[in-house]
Amino acid sequence: MTPPAGSLLSAEALRKAYGPTLALDGAEFSIHPGEVVAVMGPSGSGKSTLLHCLAGIVTPDSGTITYNGRELSAMSDAQRSALRRSDFGFVFQFGQLVPELTCVENVALPLRLNGTPRKEAERTALTWMERLEVDDLRKKRPGEVSGGQGQRVAVARSLVTNPRVLFADEPTGALDSLNGERVMELLTDAARSTNAAVVLVTHEARVAAYSDREIVVRDGKSRDMERIV
Amino acid sequence: MSVRQWAADLMLGVRFAFTGGREGWTRAVLTAVGVGLGVALLLLTTAIPSALSVRHEREAARSDITFASDPMPKANDTLVIARLDDYFREDDLRGRALEPEGPRAPLPPGVDKFPAVGEMVVSPALKELLESDSGALLRERLPDRIVGTIAEDGLIGSAELAYYRGAEGLAEQISQGRVERIDRFGDPEPGEEDSDPVLLLLVLVVFVVLLMPVAVFIAAAVRFGGERRDRRLAALRLVGSDSRMTRRIAAGEALAGAVLGLVFGAAFFMVGRQLAGSAEVFRISVFPSYLNPSPLLALLVAVAVPAAAVLVTLFALRGVVIEPLGVVRAGRPARRRLWWRLILPLAGLAMLYPMIGNGRENGDFNQYLVTGGVVLLLVGVTALLPWVVESVVARLGSGGVAWQLAVRRLQLSSGTAARMVNGIAVAVAGAIALQMLFAGVDDDYTKSTGQDVSRAQMEAQLPSGVPMAPAAEKFRDTRGVRAVYAFSEGYLGDRARDPEHGTMITVGDCASLREVSELPSCTDGDVFAVHGAEWDTGEDMSKLAAPGRKLYSDPTYEGGPTKQAVPWTVPQGIKTAKARPGLVAGTDRGGFLITPGALPDTLGPTLDGHAYLKVDESVADVQDLVRNTAAAIDPLADTVTWAETERTDRFDAIRTGLFVGAACVLALIGASLLVSQLEQLRERKKLLSALVAFGTRRRTLSLSVLWQTAIPILLGLLLSMAVGLTLGTVLLKMTSTPVRVDWTGVLSMTGIGAAVVLVVTLCSLPPLLRLMRPEGLRTE
Amino acid sequence: MSIGHTLLGLLESGPRHGYDLKRAFDEKFGHDRPLHYGQVYSTMSRLLKNGLVVVDGIEAGGGPERKRYAITDEGITDVQRWLATPEKPEPYLQSTLYTKVVLALLTHRDAADILDTQRSEHLRSMRILTDRKRKGDLADQLICDHALFHLEADLRWLELTAARLDKLREAVTR
Repeated sequence: MTPPAGSLLSAEALRKAYGPTLALDGAEFSIHPGEVVAVMGPSGSGKSTLLHCLAGIVTPDSGTITYNGRELSAMSDAQRSALRRSDFGFVFQFGQLVPELTCVENVALPLRLNGTPRKEAERTALTWMERLEVDDLRKKRPGEVSGGQGQRVAVARSLVTNPRVLFADEPTGALDSLNGERVMELLTDAARSTNAAVVLVTHEARVAAYSDREIVVRDGKSRDMERIV
Repeated sequence: MSVRQWAADLMLGVRFAFTGGREGWTRAVLTAVGVGLGVALLLLTTAIPSALSVRHEREAARSDITFASDPMPKANDTLVIARLDDYFREDDLRGRALEPEGPRAPLPPGVDKFPAVGEMVVSPALKELLESDSGALLRERLPDRIVGTIAEDGLIGSAELAYYRGAEGLAEQISQGRVERIDRFGDPEPGEEDSDPVLLLLVLVVFVVLLMPVAVFIAAAVRFGGERRDRRLAALRLVGSDSRMTRRIAAGEALAGAVLGLVFGAAFFMVGRQLAGSAEVFRISVFPSYLNPSPLLALLVAVAVPAAAVLVTLFALRGVVIEPLGVVRAGRPARRRLWWRLILPLAGLAMLYPMIGNGRENGDFNQYLVTGGVVLLLVGVTALLPWVVESVVARLGSGGVAWQLAVRRLQLSSGTAARMVNGIAVAVAGAIALQMLFAGVDDDYTKSTGQDVSRAQMEAQLPSGVPMAPAAEKFRDTRGVRAVYAFSEGYLGDRARDPEHGTMITVGDCASLREVSELPSCTDGDVFAVHGAEWDTGEDMSKLAAPGRKLYSDPTYEGGPTKQAVPWTVPQGIKTAKARPGLVAGTDRGGFLITPGALPDTLGPTLDGHAYLKVDESVADVQDLVRNTAAAIDPLADTVTWAETERTDRFDAIRTGLFVGAACVLALIGASLLVSQLEQLRERKKLLSALVAFGTRRRTLSLSVLWQTAIPILLGLLLSMAVGLTLGTVLLKMTSTPVRVDWTGVLSMTGIGAAVVLVVTLCSLPPLLRLMRPEGLRTE
Repeated sequence: MSIGHTLLGLLESGPRHGYDLKRAFDEKFGHDRPLHYGQVYSTMSRLLKNGLVVVDGIEAGGGPERKRYAITDEGITDVQRWLATPEKPEPYLQSTLYTKVVLALLTHRDAADILDTQRSEHLRSMRILTDRKRKGDLADQLICDHALFHLEADLRWLELTAARLDKLREAVTR
């Protein structure tokens, strides 16, 4: 099979086992630039594993992942790390901000990992923090801000490198509905404005409602609801 | 508050320490291992004095020196013993030849039967060496059949190389000085070794320097996993305990760890005691049975350690408010103040100051002031370090991502970082001070042998009566020997008994004689008189060397044994020679130089043979090859290896003790550093995975771990250098020794400290890389 | 909810009398509202007229004569189409969805498919509402939120049912 025309990131027949547990069993995926795709499914169904495979964090046991015409599994670990630094952004549920760094330093971190000088990186970081309405937190440390604010900082950090694909794993999982919605609005607005694709892993329908379409993972198999209907 | 309530709270804490699930267990065991290591080291330290005294007693018990002026008559309870002490490679080799003269001859300690001629009993270590390949060279020197081993009470260390061999005909050699007749073993007047005040000072400081880091280490160990403990205490507050109760519960937890640590410590000590028996460090080995701490000190350790653990815990909780919903540091922690931290080291200096210049002459140092002063100075390091780390770290500028991560973490928790390296800093400061002290008093305790070792490096001394010429030939044939200068030496007096004047007589061929004097010309049959030798200062050679004058070789002295006193007449045609520095400087020769052709046969037995050897140091084991040859020529032959300086043994032992102790302490601290590093890494598992997800290089994170350890250690080393140099200067001034910084010592101690950091970082890399695997991101 | 489709579905497992059908319906779906036999009768007449069922035979017993109905191929297709079509997301949908799921289980169809399709439909509605909410004023937002929460409740039910399909299959096929 060839990836659907125009897709930025696609996966075919992914299989991944953790010991005796089969996390993915023939999963498929594809996403276009500027598209927001929700990955849904019950817990333990393999949603997160699918995201990790797509992001090149985890290597699948078999199957192909194509990003922008390049085969991910053919790349070395260092190449995939470099790709994650330059082309991908990440938001997780929690535990992602470095507690010792101030918020603006946290946001600037991906830029600095790419070699951007500190001053310039923090300037760019600040513009993103303004967009996510957290620029007043720049001198604070993650321990001193609320969960919603912290998650916005994390979103700002995920977008600071202008990624082509943004991976969000339960980005609102630790937030109340109002904060969760605000984070989702800001996240999807920002992604759309930069034409970034968003892979959004969630089990919450109201979060998934911010997507353009959804993919359901069950027992390691994925179902692309749009292609079926 | 009733006692019962107190006890209940403490017990609850104890329960928590052991029932907190896997985490609780890990924490309790970590604490216990830390405390246990500290306790073991404490016990070992308290056992060292007794170990040294047991060694001293054993040494005295097997002493065979009589100091008797009159020769003892042969009887059925006498023994003739010859000292054959030697070296094998770098190791001392204690050897004795035994010839019992009757059925009641005394047996040396640890030996139950005299070895017959051609047999020997050896120490277990020597037996093992002789049976191994590396001992083959020594086996040539000691070919006797091994018929038994020396028991523990005849040895002063498990690794000691010692033997007793059977011999005959020793009685004839008794006058030689190395051979004596005895009727008992043991020093008849075993006395305390005179303690030199400077040596005492050194020993005191060594103990303080070794024990301080142990204390710091125990203090750090009881704080392992403190954050997790705080969270549990918060949970307790939530279900209704008040803040005093939580403190008591925390104390109970610390107590549990400390008591378990005591048990561990006793076990570690027993293991360490056994291991100590199989280890030899810097030529000192001991038997496990030597290492018995005095009961009083052991009891003190058993009480003090748990008490200290509880106090440290309460002290650490002093600035912490435990609220039901979490732990709050009381406000923003006050900026660390400098003044009281400076008071400690300054007070230490003040205590040491009055003793400056006491030197060796003015006698003793006040032990309490010395100990107190040194302790205060070193505690001052631990108090200063957090302040230094905080102030410096707050000013650290920008750098790469790894640097930024490390610096920010240090800024947020500089106290933890400082505690981690406190132990190393104290050990290094103390060790630097001691190094300086040692190097400074080096001149006093290191005798310069003043040897010029360019012409000859070894000397073989042959007993009287051994013909020199064939012996010299054998040395020439020995591999690695480049030149042999053989002499027979003796002493001439102007009378057969109690001579008033006398001088030296040296027999050798022309080539050899030219090495020790300036000869106008020389052919075999010449006799020379050396004028102007320093050796003969006060003797009028022109009188003694008057031709026709009758002199006596090997004269008898009042109170001494009757010697041969063979007459010799100064020949006609005696030439004069000028002295020149001998083969090994400081032995310039005076007296008569005689070529072999001019030597009457009668004089031969009165002379001792000396062969000076120029050896090729690049030939492996050349010194042992020479020793083998010497032993083959005559068992009583002695060899000396000349070096430019030689240190007194006593000083060596202290230096050794310091190095052994510092090595142990640093290893211990390295272990604790590793433990806390690993704990910290485990707690940030999720963060590490997230960082990897967005493409952080492994190198970046590894480097940040390195920086995070290296920055505080570097600061600690700098500070400890300052303190160490200060303390060293003060100690040197106290002993009235010129102050000189022993930079190699400083560098080697800082190097050891740095090596520990490096090892700890390297050891924490594999877990770090494992934690960075993407599996850490899985939450389900 | 469509009684006709439900009765048709019940016939898929084999021909039945009208009373049998009523009893089966009541047992599986009519927990709180049993069918009136008249409803069965009129529905079956309509299905007969549309060719979705045929009369398989008439039994003349002691009482009134009883017709036995059997489903036709057209009938099966009709049930299939009904099951595959997601319901328009609206409040109080559960009874219809429940009927569909149970019928799918009874007729050995993939009930998870039905749930997935329905979820997709729900999400489509939620997307529209979310979009309207983002563009609208506070009043719009509140109104949309109300609808969204209801839809979310449905979706949660869908998820829960999906997670319990195996148990449900056991219960209804017993």
